[in-house]
Amino acid sequence: MNQPRSDAASAQAPAPHTADVVMSASGLVKRYGNVVAISESDFEIHAGEVLAVVGDNGAGKSSLIKALTGALVPDAGTIELDGRQIHFHGPRDARAAGIETVYQTLAVAPQMDIATNLFLGRPLRREGFLGSGLRMLDHKKMRTQAAEQLDRLGIATIQDITQLVGTLSGGQRQAVAVARAAMFGTRLIIMDEPTAALGVRESRQVLDLITRIRDRGVPVVLISHDMPQVFEIADRIHVHRLGRRVAVVSPRTCTMTEVVGLMTGALQMGADGTLLESTTQHMPDEKATSHRPPESPE
Amino acid sequence: MTTTHTSPATPEAPATRPPAKSLLARLVGNAAAGPLAALVIAVIVFALTTDTFFNIDNGSLIVEQFLVVGTLALGQTLIILTAGIDLANAAIMVLGTLVIAKLGQHSLPGGLALLVGVLLCTAIGAVSGTLVTRLRLPPFIVTLGVLSVLTATGQLFANGESFGVSSGVLTFLGKRSYLFGQIEVTNGMGVAIVLIVGLWFLLTQTSWGRNVYAVGDDEEAARLTGINTRRTLLSVYVLAGFVYGIAAWQALGRIPNADPNAFQTGNLDSITAVVIGGTSLFGGRGGIPGTVLGALVVTVLTNGLTQAGIDSLYQQVATGILVIVAVAVDRVVRRRAA
Amino acid sequence: MGHLRLPSRVPVIAVTGVALLVAGCTSTKSGGSDSSAASGGKVSIGLVTKTNSNPYFVKLRESAQTEADAKGAKLIALAGKFDGDNQGQVDAINNLVTQGVKGILITPSNSTGVLGAIKAARDKGILVIALDTATDPASAVDATFATDNEAAGVKQGKYVKAALGSKKPAVVLLDGTPGSTVDDLRHKGFLEGFGLKSGSAEIKGTAVTNGDQTKAQTAMENLYQRDHGINAVYTINEPAAAGAAQALSGKTGVVIGSIDGSCTGVGNVKSGKFAATVMQFPKKMAQDGVDAVVDYAKTNKKPSGFIDTGSQLITDKPVAGLDSKDTAWGLKNCWG
Repeated sequence: MNQPRSDAASAQAPAPHTADVVMSASGLVKRYGNVVAISESDFEIHAGEVLAVVGDNGAGKSSLIKALTGALVPDAGTIELDGRQIHFHGPRDARAAGIETVYQTLAVAPQMDIATNLFLGRPLRREGFLGSGLRMLDHKKMRTQAAEQLDRLGIATIQDITQLVGTLSGGQRQAVAVARAAMFGTRLIIMDEPTAALGVRESRQVLDLITRIRDRGVPVVLISHDMPQVFEIADRIHVHRLGRRVAVVSPRTCTMTEVVGLMTGALQMGADGTLLESTTQHMPDEKATSHRPPESPE
Repeated sequence: MTTTHTSPATPEAPATRPPAKSLLARLVGNAAAGPLAALVIAVIVFALTTDTFFNIDNGSLIVEQFLVVGTLALGQTLIILTAGIDLANAAIMVLGTLVIAKLGQHSLPGGLALLVGVLLCTAIGAVSGTLVTRLRLPPFIVTLGVLSVLTATGQLFANGESFGVSSGVLTFLGKRSYLFGQIEVTNGMGVAIVLIVGLWFLLTQTSWGRNVYAVGDDEEAARLTGINTRRTLLSVYVLAGFVYGIAAWQALGRIPNADPNAFQTGNLDSITAVVIGGTSLFGGRGGIPGTVLGALVVTVLTNGLTQAGIDSLYQQVATGILVIVAVAVDRVVRRRAA
Repeated sequence: MGHLRLPSRVPVIAVTGVALLVAGCTSTKSGGSDSSAASGGKVSIGLVTKTNSNPYFVKLRESAQTEADAKGAKLIALAGKFDGDNQGQVDAINNLVTQGVKGILITPSNSTGVLGAIKAARDKGILVIALDTATDPASAVDATFATDNEAAGVKQGKYVKAALGSKKPAVVLLDGTPGSTVDDLRHKGFLEGFGLKSGSAEIKGTAVTNGDQTKAQTAMENLYQRDHGINAVYTINEPAAAGAAQALSGKTGVVIGSIDGSCTGVGNVKSGKFAATVMQFPKKMAQDGVDAVVDYAKTNKKPSGFIDTGSQLITDKPVAGLDSKDTAWGLKNCWG
């Protein structure tokens, strides 16, 4: 559940300086028969921040993200973008609103070149009749803009914009997917495990990219399992458990152990933002195998 | 914070990376380099080993022989680019020729009969496409079923007869004329060129074409980037059906007689041409220039080997080997870029 | 034997899967009740053709039906799904045996494929007659009523040779499908009638056409390109002849011969596309076959051996010394 204000001692994340909320959701519910995927969850992201969403496998992170990007329509609850309530009926609605997602699968076409991939699904047409009448593509403009975009994001490892994406390394492909999101994601960019398949150096490059995007003012939602990474880059951490947000903490005032405790249910956040030992059952060594246990969250 | 990019069009650093590709490479695309090489080699070999191969008349003949299967292969290319396959294309075309010829014989003026036939082929393409996109059935199975149904339909429709055509419109594509008083050309060649250029334009210069490649390359990725994959796929089958309708017209130009038993291997011949042309059976790579070259390679092989006095069974052996080589090359290229 | 409008194999294989799902055979005129032979007192005759879409077999079936009606017999006609559907024919034979027929007339799809089923039928005392196509060995059936394809080939060969007159022959052979007995017999007969041996210098080229007009056209174009002196063409059937004629349109002095006797083919002879065709008579095969079974039911006498149902040269440009009929006669007697 959400908490009110924080005091300095609490682990709860302080509200960012720019208090303008870009996107928020409250009371989201999604059920599939008896299975509850989202259980009255809240969500909030502010301008210019990196918000990490952490949670154990099956905690319902991806369902939450899908609800935010229009890939699923929630049964109940409201979503607001820039203070206005919105209803996404599909991924295209979210994209049109300036919300871009970098999927774990990247959604790139390996046999097409980088420029084409950046403009996949929304190509640039020629001006005048050639574009509107003949619907001709402006290959040159797309190449130029793609190259500019890569430059802007400081993606230096890619030399040739006409290289096939399939010939790129994992990190480079990730960079292409991120660049595409950054190009069109004017309000919010969501990244699902962007470094899961990458080596140390390539992960580093992607994290730098995320920082750069954040610094340009576009907030980033980062879904990750990698705690050190989350603590390094996130401004706030949204902890998800059993289909709902159980806490929002700041990486500066909170330890990794505490976040893991929240994820597994070993710790709970009190109404005042302090962390308490959970009163319910659990051995310290109990691994919270959290495939949404039958004891549904109330 | 207003560094947000409402449009990706803010040039900050003049990026100058568009690579200089040779005109030939741009025209043909990398996928077509193989069949181009095969074609050049075949022409050189036959020119050296036979007296009758390398002359203008034979050149015209090869192009004429290319027309029908080449046109079928153009439609087939569209479908294979989406990682599908069309086993029914020749059957669609044959039914088209039967309908056109029969209507043209008795009831309708030639032009109208042609229109009906082409529309019928287009409609059959739409049916295949609907089955593939709505019921999510594999194209192999759908077109196998359509092949079976249409083969029988053609036989029933024709009731064992074949229909000759004589109308000017219907045999128009077989009409010959001479360029510079020397080079024999048929109207069919002109139509083929228009079709080739048109399809090439659609596939490479329009967003529809991009979408076709994207769907064939990775359908899920295409969907996630907002491409309407179903509509794209359906449009591909409809357009292919139209192309088969044109193939039917070409076929009547070649032989002004619609026979339900003709083109029994047309489907496989067209797949052969597409594959030799470097279009990947896994979708997303290849294109029209390759298919044109692939179909020409097959035609030249048959033509040249016959003139070299080589038994037609060996011609099939040669074609078969070429198909395997082409697929193997595709496999290697794919592994490098995947 | 046959009439070769061979669907070539590959699509056929593709269709096989579907066909097998649907069942081995179709019944165009199912008997309805079993063992009607025993119950009704009428003689039951089974007919198994290769397909029921091909006009040649359609004609065969119609003629058998007419004859059976005339003789007061009952015809049960079944067919394979496609040319080469051995399993379909086996199922059809078993089916007919169960229905208690007196005799089975069959155009065997594959010369050897159906022998087992035929033997089982004969062991039950059923008269089995091969129509149109012989079995291998021919003794697998009681008798064979068919065109002597070699003799038909001889007629084509003799005619083409005679029509050339004194010109030095330059011959192209447009074959059907290699390995087919019909193909081999017609080919052999043509060479014999023409007075050639395989490998003779007069043979300027051969090509496999599968009896497909478009393949024949392409092959003819290529062979003509190789040698403009070609003046005689053997074709395996009439679609192949039509393809060759199209390839040679505008070129005069080439004599094209063919075999089959379909109405389309005779029409092409009439319009001058090719010079002559040799007609075969499926109608006669069917009539003689039905009569033989009816006789067998009455007298218990079985026919035996190969019975040639004859073939007839059709042309509007007769040559001296060769028996021929004109296309008017041909159009009256053609089979579809």
